[in-house]
Amino acid sequence: MADFLNHMLFGIYPYVALAVLALGSIIRYDREPYSWRSGSSQLLRRRQLMWGSVLFHAGVLVIFFGHLGGLLTPIIIFDTLGIPHGAKQVMAIIVGGVAGILAFAGATLLLHRRLVDPRIRNTSSFSDIMILALLWLQLALGLGTIPVSMDHLDGHEMVKFMNWAQGIFTFQGDASSYVADAHIIFKLHLFLGLTILLLFPFTRLVHMLSAPIRYVWRPGYQVVRSRKLGVRHG
Amino acid sequence: MKVRAQIGKVLNLDKCIGCHTCSVTCKNVWTSRDGMEYAWFNNVETKPGIGYPKDWENQKRWNGGWDVKGGRLKPRMGGKWRLLSKIFANPDLPEIDDYYEPFTFDYSHLQQAKESQAFPTARPRSLVTGERMEKINWGPNWEEILGGEFSKRSADYNFEGVEKEIYGQFENTFMMYLPRLCEHCLNPTCVAACPAGSIYKREEDGIVLIDQDKCRGWRMCVSGCPYKKIYYNWKTGKSEKCIFCYPRIEAGQPTVCSETCVGRIRYLGVMLYDADRIEEAASAENVEDLYQAQLDIFLDPNDPEVIAQARKDGVPEAWLEAARHSPVWKMAMEWKVAFPLHPEYRTLPMVWYVPPLSPISAAANAGQISVNNNMPDVRSLRIPLKYLANLLTAGATEPVALCLERMLAMRGYMRSKTVEGVVDEGIARAVGLTGAQIEDMYHVMAIANYEDRFVIPTGHREDAEDMFDERGSCGFTFGNGCSGGETKPNLFGAPARKKLQTPTEVF
Repeated sequence: MADFLNHMLFGIYPYVALAVLALGSIIRYDREPYSWRSGSSQLLRRRQLMWGSVLFHAGVLVIFFGHLGGLLTPIIIFDTLGIPHGAKQVMAIIVGGVAGILAFAGATLLLHRRLVDPRIRNTSSFSDIMILALLWLQLALGLGTIPVSMDHLDGHEMVKFMNWAQGIFTFQGDASSYVADAHIIFKLHLFLGLTILLLFPFTRLVHMLSAPIRYVWRPGYQVVRSRKLGVRHG
Repeated sequence: MKVRAQIGKVLNLDKCIGCHTCSVTCKNVWTSRDGMEYAWFNNVETKPGIGYPKDWENQKRWNGGWDVKGGRLKPRMGGKWRLLSKIFANPDLPEIDDYYEPFTFDYSHLQQAKESQAFPTARPRSLVTGERMEKINWGPNWEEILGGEFSKRSADYNFEGVEKEIYGQFENTFMMYLPRLCEHCLNPTCVAACPAGSIYKREEDGIVLIDQDKCRGWRMCVSGCPYKKIYYNWKTGKSEKCIFCYPRIEAGQPTVCSETCVGRIRYLGVMLYDADRIEEAASAENVEDLYQAQLDIFLDPNDPEVIAQARKDGVPEAWLEAARHSPVWKMAMEWKVAFPLHPEYRTLPMVWYVPPLSPISAAANAGQISVNNNMPDVRSLRIPLKYLANLLTAGATEPVALCLERMLAMRGYMRSKTVEGVVDEGIARAVGLTGAQIEDMYHVMAIANYEDRFVIPTGHREDAEDMFDERGSCGFTFGNGCSGGETKPNLFGAPARKKLQTPTEVF
């Protein structure tokens, strides 16, 4: 039974979450472009957002790319570069810990503001509050894994998660077995992470797919559009 | 040279009576929606005052408009990297209280109140939170007709370089109205600041629009615009702005604010300009040169060379014809009586203003009124020349003085002609015009017939769409395709919209 549950949650559920993430985002982008936005509430209340948002976003960006690179970089690359798993584990704890604390502090400020400030509370949708609460919980769980990781600084636990994540992306049917004996806090963290991916297309989180990187190399400052058929302008 | 056409606008402040008809009709048509209650695409301010939103002219605080550093134009908010660094929390963004917290009143209480000793009242309620507001502290037109203390109103940025203390005295006070809308600039900072690239200027008529499907709500445009004429819709998370009533303009009709202006102060007409020299004009070293720099890139619609190039650049014939009869050209270029609002922002705005005349000041009245050619010296008028210059020419008083003299001359000339029956060319010559020009000025500015105020060529929709595909299609809808706008709150959290009802459904 435990094996079955483990397989459902970490072998099947990831595919459900990723499929909904991809298809949901594509459908929303195509069918409801008007709803695709960051949903900033800064206009209504500046207080607590300045620090909250900056801390949260800065921390989360580091964590996001840390997880992406850390989990999905093939293990052979670390081995070839001669980076021992223990060193990677310590780096992950330090960088992730610092970024996690920043993001957690930011998320706490933002969640408090969202729940307590009447302007923000009354203009929030259910999904706004839910996703922020889930992110806050996920950050708390993520920070909660650090004491557990301190017990195995050689990094062998971390390698399991790398194998799991890479197994999912390479369609290995038994990927879930890598995390079968992981500490419960890791499992909760994984499950909630997958759930956030599942909910992603239905929340304001989609704005991260529109991160305006292209702005930096958009030529010049001005944008002129012509309505004439077949005429294109920069 | 690259010739582009734009529908420009002039507001004759000398005739504005501050009735707010423009604001109200605009509001009813475009912004009477959730999330936009606080937004006025057109508003009328009483000057001197700090305006709407509060203190909008203080660019040291809001960082709107452009800066020139080492000869290069850069948004005051900073270059692209600097701007992106503000994306998580924008320090230059006004809060809704800087506009005002939108409110309504409990009107139903007036009908439903039980019998009581005191009259029932309709108390205010916030439209943001829905909660009771004990006291309304600010509104869209809080300083109406010099409302509030002079000490607060005189924070007005246009008092720079003016000894403002005496204008707080009853005998010396002055006021004027300033209706404001999006300037549809030639060099808009909102466009430059939009990281998503959703704001654009239309090549055909110069109207600046926000693509609502591409806007992601990064809200940099709100800060970028020095006129604070872009509004963040807190309900939809998208920015919105004056659309210059483009569906009307395309059909050859004036904007709603212009159409309904009871004082007939608004003029719409085509201006041709050299799109290749926009950057050069906006980068003029000295801010006082910016007014002239903008005049320099306007192109004479009667110049054969300009006409030939315009045809090559695809400006339709009807637009060239309209440009030759443009009231905006006459006022801005021929008579030099219209000026851009705050040219020092370097956005090259395209909504221009004729400054108002005012009564002779008490001080001048008490002493000898300096008269010159039967006309009072414009420096003895109640509204300080420097104040108008700060508003319209980045501080240069000569162009404003000449404009006011010309407007006084127009009055003198016509009075002489109609009352005394004497055509006095001398009055015209003294201000550098001819009698015929003054008569034309009188016709356009004083009589202001509808067809003289609005010279708007229709858009060429046949160039924009394949009309064969349009045949039998649905018109404007909020839905997907012809679904009739029935978009209920859905999985993706799109806001609920009112369902369109066809007449057959009603009966």
